[in-house]
Amino acid sequence: MQERLKRLDVILGIHPESPYQVMEKALKRAPKDIISDLIDSGLKGRGGAGFLTGLKWKFAAAAEGDEKFVVCNADEGEPGTFKDREILTIVPKKVLAGMGICAYVIGAKKGYIYLRGEYKYLVPHLEREIAEFHKNCFKLELDFNVEVFLGSGAYVCGEETALLNSMEGFRGEPRNKPPFPTNNGYLGKPTVVNNVETLVSAQVVSRIGVEEFKKLGIQDSHGSKLFSVSGDTPRPGIYDLEFGLSLEEFVREFGDGDTKAVQVGGASGFCVPRKKFQSTTIGFPGGLTGDSLPTGGSMMIFNSSRSMYNVLRNYLDFFEEESCGQCTPCRIGCQQLKVGIEAVKRGDKDPEYLQQLLKLTDTMKITAKCGLGQSVANSFSSIVDNFREEMIY
Amino acid sequence: MTKTDLMVKELVDKYGNKRESLLPILQGVYDLEHFVSDEAMVSIARNLDLSSADVYGKSTFYSFLDTIPRGKFVIRVCKTIVCDMHDKNQIVDTLENILKIKVGETTLNRKFSLLYTNCLGWCHKGPAMLVNDDVYTDLTPESIREIITDYKNRE
Ligand code: SF4
Ligand code: FES
Repeated sequence: MQERLKRLDVILGIHPESPYQVMEKALKRAPKDIISDLIDSGLKGRGGAGFLTGLKWKFAAAAEGDEKFVVCNADEGEPGTFKDREILTIVPKKVLAGMGICAYVIGAKKGYIYLRGEYKYLVPHLEREIAEFHKNCFKLELDFNVEVFLGSGAYVCGEETALLNSMEGFRGEPRNKPPFPTNNGYLGKPTVVNNVETLVSAQVVSRIGVEEFKKLGIQDSHGSKLFSVSGDTPRPGIYDLEFGLSLEEFVREFGDGDTKAVQVGGASGFCVPRKKFQSTTIGFPGGLTGDSLPTGGSMMIFNSSRSMYNVLRNYLDFFEEESCGQCTPCRIGCQQLKVGIEAVKRGDKDPEYLQQLLKLTDTMKITAKCGLGQSVANSFSSIVDNFREEMIY
Repeated sequence: MTKTDLMVKELVDKYGNKRESLLPILQGVYDLEHFVSDEAMVSIARNLDLSSADVYGKSTFYSFLDTIPRGKFVIRVCKTIVCDMHDKNQIVDTLENILKIKVGETTLNRKFSLLYTNCLGWCHKGPAMLVNDDVYTDLTPESIREIITDYKNRE
């Protein structure tokens, strides 16, 4: 068991082959071979929905369009997540190489890094890296140009269609899907929107090959994954771990000895109580993905001194503010959930009222338009079910 | 041409007059004036051939594009769960005491505004805050005093 907790350093490490050498090697291959490798590798998007990256590239490559785009989604905003910032700080070349490979495969000439406004201080650093990247593209005869596009403090823009709306000068509200961005993306053109870490992983597949990549992780969840660890832990920070880790192992390594619960996947993820640590693993198949709406890998640790009521109230505050307000179940639902748990806590409503609130989250799950409204139910029901007394007394 | 029109024109020249330029232009205005005024929105609308209501709707959508005047240095303290667990209240109390304003307010000399924001992506080093674009982490009441003194001395 213990050896599962390997420090892989696949994402953040330095390797004999530089990212631009990896890109050079990839550019000598046929786009369709790169796509089939990516599909075989089983790489799934590190940005939440867990869609097969190779398929996304395949659709965009096949789509008709005089112009195509690659967009790197760096609108990391999920509470407890900070890995994209670290990736862009430490290994920006890997991200850019991933974008370059994608551009070559789908035939894009223009790329954007949509960077959340909170990370504006990174712009000069990224622009230097991009200038160097352009020189490499020129050498490799890849006609591809990348620019930074800055967000302005809206969590929902991490949702890919909201992000595209934001870039186009519309409100950052999610669009209906279909059509999907691979056919109808930025300015209506075929667009691949990939999370920062996904682009790095795509580059990793090119570097180490499908077989090596598949050796990492567990069945159905290949590769490694960066985890952002925070909360009541003596070792907060970023860790490159393999999928398939049980929470029991995780807490043994990162807890402070008094861990009561772990929030997997941020405010839009699940809260796992101590009694379920053993039976919960992290990875796509277990239902718990460690991933969530705009980004993934948030692991927040709570020890026994924490009030889970306060935790939930803080999340609801977050959702209420960040809801784009476009659809009623989410706009009104988030408000009512917050008002509702406050009323139960004050004793103005019977504890049974919690059941009604749980029903409301079920409704939100099926009727909300995007992942934000749909996933409020995750943290709400996992906290209310597992820590019911704390909601009441 | 008014001062606002000139400012907007410069930004439009830099970013272009297409709809895709709207957010960068609004951000440019914010950087210069610390808020997006009605006048600026009307001028942008005219330049980009959009309705002013349209521009207003975009501006108010983003929490970093305030449409009411802010101070020269906008302080945004993270209030999301991890920073909250790490005593962000103490940080906010200290800031309120030093600046003699409450969260949401701006000092009389228009130098500082104090606001809350959501997760800044520095949870492992909370409590965290932004002063304009600069990040400050591992905050304590002592470090807050130093940081604010430093900004007070800046023009
Ligand atoms: S679910 Fe919420 S965030 Fe998503 S579109 Fe509806 S209102 Fe907007
Ligand atoms: S919770 Fe404050 S920076 Fe993430």
